[in-house]
Amino acid sequence: MNKEHEIIRVENLVKKFGNFIANDNLNFSVYQGEIFGFLGANGAGKTTAMRILCGLSKPTSGIINVAGFDVYKETEKIKKNIGYMSQKFSLYENLTITENIRFYAGIYGMSKKQIKEKTEKVLKRLDFYDSKDKLISSLPLGWKQKLAFSIAIFHEPKIVFLDEPTGGVDPITRRQFWDMIYETANDGITVFVTTHYMDEAEYCDRVTIMVDGRIDALDTPENLKKKYKAENMDEVFVKLARGKQVHSK
Amino acid sequence: MLKINNISKSYNKVQALNNISFKVDKAELFGLIGPDGAGKTTLLRILTTLLLPDSGTATLNNHDVVKDYKKLRNIIGYMPGRFSLYQDLSVEENLKFFATVFGTTIEENYDLIKDIYSQIEPFKKRLAGKLSGGMKQKLALSCALIHKPKILVLDEPTTGVDAVSRKEFWEMLKNLKKNNITIIVSTPYMDEASLCDRVALMQNGEILSIDTPENIIAGFEKEILEIRSDNLYKLTQDLRKFENTDSVFPFGQSLHYTDKNKDFDLNSILQYLENKGHKNIIINHTKANIEDCFMRLMSSKENE
Repeated sequence: MNKEHEIIRVENLVKKFGNFIANDNLNFSVYQGEIFGFLGANGAGKTTAMRILCGLSKPTSGIINVAGFDVYKETEKIKKNIGYMSQKFSLYENLTITENIRFYAGIYGMSKKQIKEKTEKVLKRLDFYDSKDKLISSLPLGWKQKLAFSIAIFHEPKIVFLDEPTGGVDPITRRQFWDMIYETANDGITVFVTTHYMDEAEYCDRVTIMVDGRIDALDTPENLKKKYKAENMDEVFVKLARGKQVHSK
Repeated sequence: MLKINNISKSYNKVQALNNISFKVDKAELFGLIGPDGAGKTTLLRILTTLLLPDSGTATLNNHDVVKDYKKLRNIIGYMPGRFSLYQDLSVEENLKFFATVFGTTIEENYDLIKDIYSQIEPFKKRLAGKLSGGMKQKLALSCALIHKPKILVLDEPTTGVDAVSRKEFWEMLKNLKKNNITIIVSTPYMDEASLCDRVALMQNGEILSIDTPENIIAGFEKEILEIRSDNLYKLTQDLRKFENTDSVFPFGQSLHYTDKNKDFDLNSILQYLENKGHKNIIINHTKANIEDCFMRLMSSKENE
């Protein structure tokens, strides 16, 4: 991680839907090559913030810069410089592995030569070479997830956003997936990830916890555990989120 | 209460369940634990008479799931994985609908759902589609309970739900046990195993292990070391290359390590890591958890 280089900068981000404040004055920075965990209870405002950072939704106010671009004016440039993968990943079931790679790489405007070279590399890395002409629909979930991730970073974005990427997979595959995340961060790509698995929160360099539209905690897992006198991140999360609920009632 | 004998089911070429047999006692809280594709939903659909097995039999309260399906539907409460209430009906209308279908009223069985339903009752005029995730879950559970079932079947009720709501949901289930209701619940979250009386660990249509969570953990035959250093990523890479390594898996900010040898020297591991340039190495003995067990069972299955 390169602490000199802020790849995402959020100042006073506010997003309102009518009277409802989904994001209430968020402030944070994410560094190049960092694994940044974005946690929060259901409905805390994570998806709203993430959509803004991806250039899919405009904030109500605030200064937000992603990969060097402004979220009000330069959303198209932002989209070119980020990768995105959600739990409901969008691989085409009736296309093969290589066809899916070619399709997405084409959208990002990579040249045929680039695509060909990189495809070879990715297929080898994933050990998918013998299955490269298989339809997505015939693959196990764990494979699809790894492929969806590889496609999300295929065009070598500066940041990759992962929205609950590991839901429902077995514990070994889940860890293999995190190996890929580490490798990606090691290559200098920033990883912005949401998860409901609290042990995964501990794999992150830093973690934010959103409660009721605000960021109530932002630090390394180690420091958060110390601060909230907790054994693990699960306890930290419960202390923050549950404490708040009681408060608001 | 529940007896399953040699149940198999396949969809075209995919074997969803392969010769599954087990029993569940009355008022037991029984967990089916496994990833997507393990066969949990298929099994629960067979038990709730919604799907026919290819072979094998299952009975609940001595009623056969195929022959006596009409009787069974009266004594089963089922909460499917996908939210399946009427989004354009209000909270109260949904509950009333389910009560009426089963020939009862909300008042008659209010006691059973009181603890759960009272939390959403202030919003009873709200459309179900407009509820938050946690509230939907409480309504779905209330609807599954309104006819006072003898057996409650829950398909991944906590998937995609945040850690706080998950805890609350399990507390509700624990309270329900006091009413003598048998509960079968599936989940992909391994840490929820410890909240069940007994669990079946499932993978690829088979049961890897079935027992109390304590016994499954006690059955882990290897000694586990918890290892950490300043750089977890490099630590994982390096330990995988170590000659005596049996398995290495990240767990939060440390790794769980097992050694190939029964009598192994802690210092040799420390030495190896120091030589690789690791700083602040901490090695502790630790106990297995359900995930350790699941991964070990998975690996040994694959090596068969």
